[in-house]
Amino acid sequence: MGKDKVKRMSLLELRNVSKIYGDLHALDKVSLQVEKGEWVAIMGPSGSGKSTMMNIIGCMDKPSEGEVLLDGIDIAKETAKNLTNIRRDKIGLIFQQFHLVSYLTALENVMMAQYYHSIPDEKEAMEALERVGLADRARHLPSQLSGGEQQRVCVARALINYPEIILADEPTGNLDEANEEIVVDLFRRLHEDGTTLIVVTHDPEVAEVAQRTLVLRNGRLDHETINPNFTGHIKLS
Amino acid sequence: MLVALLAIMIGATILSGLVTIYYDVPRQMGAQFRSYGANMIFTGTQELFNMEDVEAGVRHIKASELVGVAPYRYETVRIHDRPIMAAGTDMDGARKSSPFWKVSGEWPKADGEIMVGKNVADTFRLREGDSLIATFAPETDGDEIILDNEMTFIVTGILDTGGNEEDYVYLSLDDLEELTGEETTLDVCELSVSASADQLTAYADAISNNVEGINARLVKRVTQSETAVLSKLQALVLLVTIVVLALTMICVATTMTAVVTERRKEIGLRKALGASDASIISEFMGEGLLLGGIGGVFGSLLGFVFAQVVSVSVFNSSISFRFGLLPITVIVSIIVTGIACMLPVKSATNVDPALVLKGE
Ligand SMILES: Nc1ncnc2c1ncn2[C@@H]1O[C@H](COP(=O)(O)OP(=O)(O)O)[C@@H](O)[C@H]1O
Ligand SMILES: [Mg+2]
Repeated sequence: MGKDKVKRMSLLELRNVSKIYGDLHALDKVSLQVEKGEWVAIMGPSGSGKSTMMNIIGCMDKPSEGEVLLDGIDIAKETAKNLTNIRRDKIGLIFQQFHLVSYLTALENVMMAQYYHSIPDEKEAMEALERVGLADRARHLPSQLSGGEQQRVCVARALINYPEIILADEPTGNLDEANEEIVVDLFRRLHEDGTTLIVVTHDPEVAEVAQRTLVLRNGRLDHETINPNFTGHIKLS
Repeated sequence: MLVALLAIMIGATILSGLVTIYYDVPRQMGAQFRSYGANMIFTGTQELFNMEDVEAGVRHIKASELVGVAPYRYETVRIHDRPIMAAGTDMDGARKSSPFWKVSGEWPKADGEIMVGKNVADTFRLREGDSLIATFAPETDGDEIILDNEMTFIVTGILDTGGNEEDYVYLSLDDLEELTGEETTLDVCELSVSASADQLTAYADAISNNVEGINARLVKRVTQSETAVLSKLQALVLLVTIVVLALTMICVATTMTAVVTERRKEIGLRKALGASDASIISEFMGEGLLLGGIGGVFGSLLGFVFAQVVSVSVFNSSISFRFGLLPITVIVSIIVTGIACMLPVKSATNVDPALVLKGE
């Protein structure tokens, strides 16, 4: 990792990353860099490889080819056990389907992430729920929460361990506009706090609040746009 | 989960129940077989012998192995002018060496009380609490009966054995002595001894050789089959236990597999959140082992009830709770559950977080 010609090391760098299923190239030689504190949106038609890329960045899947450097570590070469540790320590995940444990309360769902990371801390978990405006719903089960509320619990769960990157795969895909607004607002606040965000979305409105948008097509990086509408501050590190 | 708990509980019930019976069967079966007749018989070397001879013989047998001694003296008495066989015996000894005798009412406890066989009771329409006059007529002069002695007894119970005994009446040796006016001599003495076949032979030889008045014989057929049937029964119990444990294991494994499949998404999520294989294993194993423990505890208790019911209904005697069996059953349940959970839990660690979280 020390042999980089780039002087400033990116938080995340993909070099010619491919993911091949049989003869399907779900990802085809994708290269990109994400700086610390950046807010990146990823768009592209269905089946273009967005989730595949997020799973690889999120240490849940390994690329068939290429290097994935996270904090300078090539996660493509790590063992499954180390990947679990990296994921636990550095990554916060938000999914389209929320994925909350149905028999645990909102608070317990957040505390579960603490449990696997270090030790559960109810006070801290409560503060995370306050940040997403759900303090009064802490003792509710997911089934007693609306979709928007469930996704906000997921955001609280993703940020509880202060991850270096939050990966959100279509986080507003199952939400109405009002809730989408709330979640986007939460992202904006996370970004202001310096969290690196990578958000996969179909929704141009969700994409254009990010600093830049990467567009995938057929597993390739098709093009990239810098968002003129970006209102947050641009943090350079 | 409930199904698994139930399976473990049933398994543990059968396990602890059968093990209890397994250990109690020899005891129970011993008593049971003895109940089909005494396993040793004293007869006189000259026709008759007496209690002193019996006591001399019994001294050769270890007190703890001696279950019951029933001396018998048979005399013909007359009841309502009909000749009836009267057996004088020691009621306590008779009851112990013939535990299968069914008595409606009570065994005689005091002098003046009598137990009558079912046929005798039918003939004379006797019921518990009735009184009965017996006369002893040792000699007859032509048709004329010389009444020698006469006694009144209270019928305390009616004896039902399905055998000759139903034609007899039973009274104490003292009463018979009083009725006949002749000192007690014995015709036969039945003994019930709880010892191995070899030991019984040794006892019989020792008694026959050392006690002059009596000959000790074994009722061989019963004692031998006792041992043979016992070991077969124990093997059967062992086999059933193993089969039940195997079935429990299969049931738990199936349930756990279903649970893991059902919770694949959750497992994937937990892994995505950073759960290590070890923590997935410990969670599911913990759940399984807890289940094993709880099932084991309840199973032990139910197993005791089960064993008790079997013991009472089959062997007619109760057993005491074996506290030592509780931890053993719990540990075995936990081990069985643990083994059963191994594969399902392994498959839980193989859940791929990426696949689980992708679509659906
Ligand atoms: N495990 C897999 N096995 C085979 N093909 C897969 C697998 N996962 C994804 N794919 C394929 O890879 C392509 C990209 O999928 P995905 O990354 O989920 O797309 P997106 O999230 O952009 O809709 C799709 O054609 C999909 O069918
Ligand atoms: Mg997708």
